[in-house]
Amino acid sequence: MIRKLLATAALTAMMAASAFAADDKPAIVFDIGGKFDKSFNESMYNGSEKFKAESGTAYGEFEIANEAQREQAIRNFADQGYSPIIAAGFAQAAAVEKVAKEYPDLKFAIVDMVVELPNVQSIVFKEQEGSYLVGMLAAMASKSGKVGFVGGMDIPLIRRFGCGYVQGVKAAKADATVFQSMTGDTGAAWNDPVKGGEITKGQMSQGADVVFAAAGGTGLGVLQAAADGGALSIGVDANQNHLHPGKVLTSMLKRVDVAVYNVMKSGKDGTFTAGIQELGLAEDGVGYAVDDNNKALITAEMTTAVEKAKADIIAGTVMVHDYMADNKCPVE
Amino acid sequence: MASARGELPPWVDLGLIPLLNLVVALLFAGLVVLIIGENPLEAMWIMLKGAVGSLKGWGYLLYYATNFVFTGLAVAVAFHAGLFNIGGEGQAYFAGLGAAIVGLGLEFLPWPLVIPLAILASMLFGAFWAWIPGYLQARRGSHIVITTIMFNFIAGSLMVYFIKDYFRPVGRMAVESREITGAYILSFREIGLRFFDLRLPSTPLNLTVFLAIIAAFVVWYLLWRTKLGYEIRAVGANTEAAIYAGIKPQRIIIITMAISGALAGLMAVNEVLGVQHRLLLEYVGGAGFVGIAVALMGRSHPVGIVLAAMLFGLLYQGGAELSFAKPLISRDMIVVIQGLVILFMGALEYAFRPALAAIFIKAED
Repeated sequence: MIRKLLATAALTAMMAASAFAADDKPAIVFDIGGKFDKSFNESMYNGSEKFKAESGTAYGEFEIANEAQREQAIRNFADQGYSPIIAAGFAQAAAVEKVAKEYPDLKFAIVDMVVELPNVQSIVFKEQEGSYLVGMLAAMASKSGKVGFVGGMDIPLIRRFGCGYVQGVKAAKADATVFQSMTGDTGAAWNDPVKGGEITKGQMSQGADVVFAAAGGTGLGVLQAAADGGALSIGVDANQNHLHPGKVLTSMLKRVDVAVYNVMKSGKDGTFTAGIQELGLAEDGVGYAVDDNNKALITAEMTTAVEKAKADIIAGTVMVHDYMADNKCPVE
Repeated sequence: MASARGELPPWVDLGLIPLLNLVVALLFAGLVVLIIGENPLEAMWIMLKGAVGSLKGWGYLLYYATNFVFTGLAVAVAFHAGLFNIGGEGQAYFAGLGAAIVGLGLEFLPWPLVIPLAILASMLFGAFWAWIPGYLQARRGSHIVITTIMFNFIAGSLMVYFIKDYFRPVGRMAVESREITGAYILSFREIGLRFFDLRLPSTPLNLTVFLAIIAAFVVWYLLWRTKLGYEIRAVGANTEAAIYAGIKPQRIIIITMAISGALAGLMAVNEVLGVQHRLLLEYVGGAGFVGIAVALMGRSHPVGIVLAAMLFGLLYQGGAELSFAKPLISRDMIVVIQGLVILFMGALEYAFRPALAAIFIKAED
């Protein structure tokens, strides 16, 4: 009897839930890394949480566990009328393209990749611009004239970080040397702090005294190794200056949290637009972080030079080469 | 029904005991759900409804089950020869290379030619990847458990190299091949649209599911109706006796491993040709290891394996729906639930047997 009652209660609860799971609630599909990866996915999770706190609107979320679930998750949200549906990361492009075609009335967004459909907003970042600025800071902070770059997975996107960084380094100090390393070729390269630390130690033994990590969770090992070895490091995506106060020179900000927040908000306000959103310095989509933790490391002279470069890039007088435009980098 | 002491009627052995184990596993899973603050009955209902309550649910369930039937059969065949093939993961992964080479390289051919060739290539590549450890076991005495595990890693690194350097189109971010365009016809949805004007829900289910049924039948026929099958079982049951009977265990070990690898390799047909239409990094996603649990639960018999594979398909699909409906129940929780089912149905499968035996034998007396 009790079991029957419970089952009925559960059923009623279910039906009530599905009746309310309705229109114009945003949803986000995190990638395999999971929403607590201390990096890309987590940043987007924070953006979603901020939206929830401010607007009081709950959002749908799903962390995929295997390849087949990418499409399944996006389709599930679409079936239930969620909109906009945000796909985190380039790996979901094929799934977004397929589902968005079948649901032309719903809105979709994808981060770090372009899907050209009339109901999809593609959010891409000009990582080269932010990397250029931290590259200048690295060159100016370096005493040895040698700096390092540790990438995560070897993909064009990370090469774009590296290429912008080298250009910035050379702009500030033409004869500086840059050591570039990638952690690996698979998704595991995003989450291997031990290997990241080893690579950093290798670069430091060659004389590098500032190391930029564009490697997701692997970067935590880079920052740690640099702090232990008396070198400076540069964080990525979120502001990571607080991880080792006084030992992280700055962080290359990539505001995926803001991007996700904006998509969710625009969906609620009815101001959502499809098309490509390219977020660079001008849009505050990328930048470098200065706070109490690293204030002492950045001199007035450095600030002046970087701010000038920033203004020049926004004005278009300095062009930072985009690696992904031709898969080449003019400087090494 | 007269039975010897300690023997249970077949319906108890094959029906009641697995059912009891499943119920206990689900009770424990329910307890875990309760601890994290959700209603276990509701959770169970969502899982069931998500997996078998709709055509879409069935589509996903059977798609997962297809993978598990292949990897489960692979483990079972080797098991009958006394070999513990833990390399299903690597064999299925490496087989993807064969599927992709044929699927991409021969795409100018019509699909009735490409698909059978790709199936053959998948089996061949999978068989090759299992043949090496088989050879090393038979001729060099290298333990099959160790070598197959190591071959999973070798396949992993090798596939990264192949996909990244040879299959990935220039400028593509994701490490994957370009699309295999010749195999859409495998999809049930595509068949429905093209030939029957029927709009089926979009699921990964494709014709490979029939290949899985055929494979299960062939394995049954091979093991219990052919001379080779008899030799395989003889080597597994008692190698000394098999030698005395004139069977060469070395030869049987190598052949069995190749068959095992070919079966695991068929998984590539489902994933690479049937679902993803691309060669992806790490597309096997643990199905090779799930195959071990499936073979264990299915008592290494094709019928049992098909049923166990469907149960795992249900857990996978129901689990996805559950974490979809209840964000509090994360994907890691789903793994816990799956783990409990494996624990009770595989590792503790005989936990209730003595008690049941006592009851039934008393009843008969």
